[in-house]
Amino acid sequence: MQNYKGVAVFAEQVNGKISGVVYELLGKGKELAAVLETDVTAILLGSNIGSLAEKLAAYGADCVVVIDDPALGDYMTEPYARALTEAVNTYMPEVLLYGATAIGRDLAPRVSARVQTGLTADCTGLEIQPETNNLLMTRPAFGGNIMATIVCSEHRPQMATVRPGVMQKLAPEPGRVCVVEALAVDGLSAAQNVEILEVVDKIAARMDILDAKVLVSGGRGMGGPENFAMLEELAGVLGGTISASRASVDAGWQPKDRQVGQTGKTVRPNLYIACGISGAIQHLAGMEESEIIVAINKDASAPIFEVADFGLVGDALKIVPLLTRQIRERTAGQ
Amino acid sequence: MLKIIVCIKQVPDTAEVKLDPVTGTLIREGVPSIINPDDKAGLEAALRLKDSCGAHVTALSMGPPQAELALREALAMGADQAVLVTDRAFGGADTWATSSTLAAAIRKLGYDLIITGRQAIDGDTAQVGPQIAEHLGIANISYAEELTLIGDAVVVKRQYENRYHVLRAKLPCLITALSELNEPRYMTPGGIFEAFEQELSVFARADLDISDANIGLKGSPTRVVRSFTKQPKGKGQAVTLDPQESAQWLLERLEEKHILSSGK
Repeated sequence: MQNYKGVAVFAEQVNGKISGVVYELLGKGKELAAVLETDVTAILLGSNIGSLAEKLAAYGADCVVVIDDPALGDYMTEPYARALTEAVNTYMPEVLLYGATAIGRDLAPRVSARVQTGLTADCTGLEIQPETNNLLMTRPAFGGNIMATIVCSEHRPQMATVRPGVMQKLAPEPGRVCVVEALAVDGLSAAQNVEILEVVDKIAARMDILDAKVLVSGGRGMGGPENFAMLEELAGVLGGTISASRASVDAGWQPKDRQVGQTGKTVRPNLYIACGISGAIQHLAGMEESEIIVAINKDASAPIFEVADFGLVGDALKIVPLLTRQIRERTAGQ
Repeated sequence: MLKIIVCIKQVPDTAEVKLDPVTGTLIREGVPSIINPDDKAGLEAALRLKDSCGAHVTALSMGPPQAELALREALAMGADQAVLVTDRAFGGADTWATSSTLAAAIRKLGYDLIITGRQAIDGDTAQVGPQIAEHLGIANISYAEELTLIGDAVVVKRQYENRYHVLRAKLPCLITALSELNEPRYMTPGGIFEAFEQELSVFARADLDISDANIGLKGSPTRVVRSFTKQPKGKGQAVTLDPQESAQWLLERLEEKHILSSGK
């Protein structure tokens, strides 16, 4: 077990684009590696993806292991599991992190069963236990009502899938030096035991408010249906969608399927921004479990401020466009 | 005949499970149990294959003796056979040991197609399905939104975040089902009556060909060292500033909370 050293990150990419969660894993990985006094290795699998190594380096990878093979084009469980297992056996990291994505949550369990090590799903907290140097993996269970901290003390690597949007990525450092190593793995095309008949990118239909990680919600204080366009824009830059209070649905400004609250839907996004919503009990019942709640309202005594993590007393019509612009400026160039 | 095994888990009906503040354990009393929703969709998918092309459907569950109730429900919906894997020796298993135990039971039963739910609403790990497939050395397709059987292969619409793949895998293989797959049927009164008459097979430790190193607490690489309820959050901070400063202040707070670095 002592032979396992270093922190590794599975650098998921789809169609040659690195998934956002990978940068978050690198950020967290750097932090863990600092405590363990070791390095962070990104393991990059795909076909014709060597050029992505630079990006991984910029976000904190000290070493990038590239397995570039035609059989690793579109994601398929078995060739990926085989390639990643080979990387694990070759580089023997003590920690291996995956994004808790539709790929990560399929690949990681296969690899864990294959290399006979533990796997903790959908973690929201990772730290190193001081006395033992074991990885403490914290995750929600029972719909988020209970948090559990889990260790894998007798097996290596210690593996976790990590919930996207929770860990912090580092500011990119273009041109940062890192070691790039190519690893060749035999028999990957022969390992294709599932055939891809069709790949369909979903048309960007309006996201269901139950699925959205970010909801920008508008109430009576928005003044009229025309002002929801600015909420759409803010939701757009945050990767979310818009929702509405009962008042604005009853007024016909938004369709019923957007409604949050007791008579609408109960939502639990990572970020809920309530704009011009006073916060009637029936509305709060539908959103108070959101991870972070922001309220923007002219009335400082509005009940929505009682549940808001961050409250802005002011006119949403003025503040929202400025927010959108400032977020655009900050995320430009990333 | 096509032999389908559906793995089902009995779970508490509500996400509102509480922790005993003294012992730190889950309070399950008074919480009704159900078949995990994704698993029930998997069972329905198997029953539809049975209806359309003929199949022998076995519902398989690992858990305490009271999981019998979930299996009886599966029988009442139309499963042909129900098997309960239960023994103190299997207790305390994490996903690794659970999957190796279920794989041993599945091997004993024989199979062409295995269907599990994508994930259980109590644990939310989504790990047991792919791990069973790995222990059996067969292909798996996760996150199935649609499932059809064509000849000796399954064709599955496999969901991803913003796309899907249509995949084909030869039998034997394992599919993990999403609850979107279908609307599970109700039990019929006759089915319920028969289900409670039917013999339930029970596999105990001695019935499975598996090493002690791969079952229960001992076979589990991970263990829970602490569990706790999330602290309810109190009222946060609120500011009254001009619009430009308001936006600025909020962005700084969101950055501190890592919200603006979210993976998109």
